[in-house]
Amino acid sequence: MTGARPLNPGRWLGVPMLFVILATLAFAAPIRMWGLQMPEPVFAMVPAFAWAVIRPSILAPFALLVLGLFLDTFWGGPTGLWGLSLLVAYASVLAARNMLTGQSRPMMWAWYAGACAVSMSAGFLFTMMDSLAMPSLVAVFWQFLVTALLFPFAHRLIDRFEDADVRFR
Amino acid sequence: MPFREGPLGDLKVPLTWTAAVALIVAVVIAVAFLLADRRETLQLQAYGVTRQTVDTVAKPVSGVIAAPGRWTGVGVGAVRNYFFAGAENARLKAELQEMRAYRDKYLALVDENDRYKSLLGLKTDPPIPMVAARVVADSRGPFANTRLADAGKEKGVVVGNPVMNERGLVGRVVGVAPGVSRVLLLTDIASRTPVMIDRTNARAILTGDGGPNPKLDYLRGADPIQPGDRVVTSGDGGVVPRGLPVGAAVKGLDGRWRVVLFADSTSIDYIRILLFKDFAQLADQQALAAKVLPPVITENPEESMLGPVKPAAPAPTAGTAAPATTTAPKPAAPKPATAGTTTPAKPPAARPPAAATTPPAAPARTPQ
Repeated sequence: MTGARPLNPGRWLGVPMLFVILATLAFAAPIRMWGLQMPEPVFAMVPAFAWAVIRPSILAPFALLVLGLFLDTFWGGPTGLWGLSLLVAYASVLAARNMLTGQSRPMMWAWYAGACAVSMSAGFLFTMMDSLAMPSLVAVFWQFLVTALLFPFAHRLIDRFEDADVRFR
Repeated sequence: MPFREGPLGDLKVPLTWTAAVALIVAVVIAVAFLLADRRETLQLQAYGVTRQTVDTVAKPVSGVIAAPGRWTGVGVGAVRNYFFAGAENARLKAELQEMRAYRDKYLALVDENDRYKSLLGLKTDPPIPMVAARVVADSRGPFANTRLADAGKEKGVVVGNPVMNERGLVGRVVGVAPGVSRVLLLTDIASRTPVMIDRTNARAILTGDGGPNPKLDYLRGADPIQPGDRVVTSGDGGVVPRGLPVGAAVKGLDGRWRVVLFADSTSIDYIRILLFKDFAQLADQQALAAKVLPPVITENPEESMLGPVKPAAPAPTAGTAAPATTTAPKPAAPKPATAGTTTPAKPPAARPPAAATTPPAAPARTPQ
């Protein structure tokens, strides 16, 4: 029955959360290189995608909510914006989980980019409703692009825990 | 005792459905947070204790993370200065030659301006105190553009204070905690700043959209703007003083007028927080309170410019001239004083207005 052993939440939820928070803090440093600002990827998209692929969970949505609230308070955005956007992406991946299983790495990257697009679109719409103004599409696209480049981290997380609980293979 | 050995150990629930319920609950909580958010208001209560606590904790952490980058920048700057000192010296000499002409013109204008002020009896605005701060964190996404500065309540910073760097306006303070304050940048989607075109005085609202160049909305006037026009704060609404440099006007790819911010052309490490709250602090409140308003004089019907009310005169018979002095309409100008009557009320233009002694509120000087 070792295959049915439940995952340790501290390992597959807690540790990635910690890394996401640290990476977000590091990329918020006010550094410019040749007059250009550093990009601002949404590191929380990595666990939002990977956790949904690994297995359905009761704790994962609340962990994402906590991550989203951290992003909103640390970045100074509207409270709940990123929590809701991440949860929308998580729900989309969870609903399409059966289709994702066994896909090749490039296809998984495409799925991850799709999840990023869903999250960004949700953020775009929620911001429009909250601020009654349209965010810059170029700025949204740049953040989508740098976030989509984070797929190798999501792939590593999925590889690490995908087979840890055979009930959800 | 482990959970699986307890009385609920044999309880089986469908995990997928339970996970779905958990997801829905999390979404409902997030929606509630979003609906309750009021971050763009200029109210201290809207910022909340949670955000203040996060800012207070994030300040030292972000300061430590940002330090290596800052030291690297200083080192690179020192190396660059060493290797490019000759070229920079030549450039500075040329700039100095140009500036000498501007200095002579400036001194002449200052002298002329002082004479005009003394002739008109103008009261100039007092200088606005300011606090220097260092930026320790910077968010640059499309949905939030803010900075965390290491000066807070203890230095007198309050919500609403305008923030500048050495080139121009950066934004305004939206949250304050001990030792740290949150600055909403002009590029944030919630930012609205009243500005004007320096050349034409045409008013507009500078609206952020998460991109690097905020839009000029509600631009008024006939042919009010040209590419390269200097945009400054208008002071309308009293949130920021008038005349702070903002940027230069450009036509965006989408056909809208946008502003290239002056503040973006320089380092973002250090900022200056102007301890300016509203125009009320520029006026002498005691003098305003002690001022006795002029008495209100109601109009005497007998001296009205329309003349006393008379009963309708009978229609003149044919062939007799109508008395022009009684039937002709009165002029619209104020009626001159008539001998033997009571003291007439002064015309409104000659009466000193109640606020005549207050300094002009709007034209605040650009801080040096």
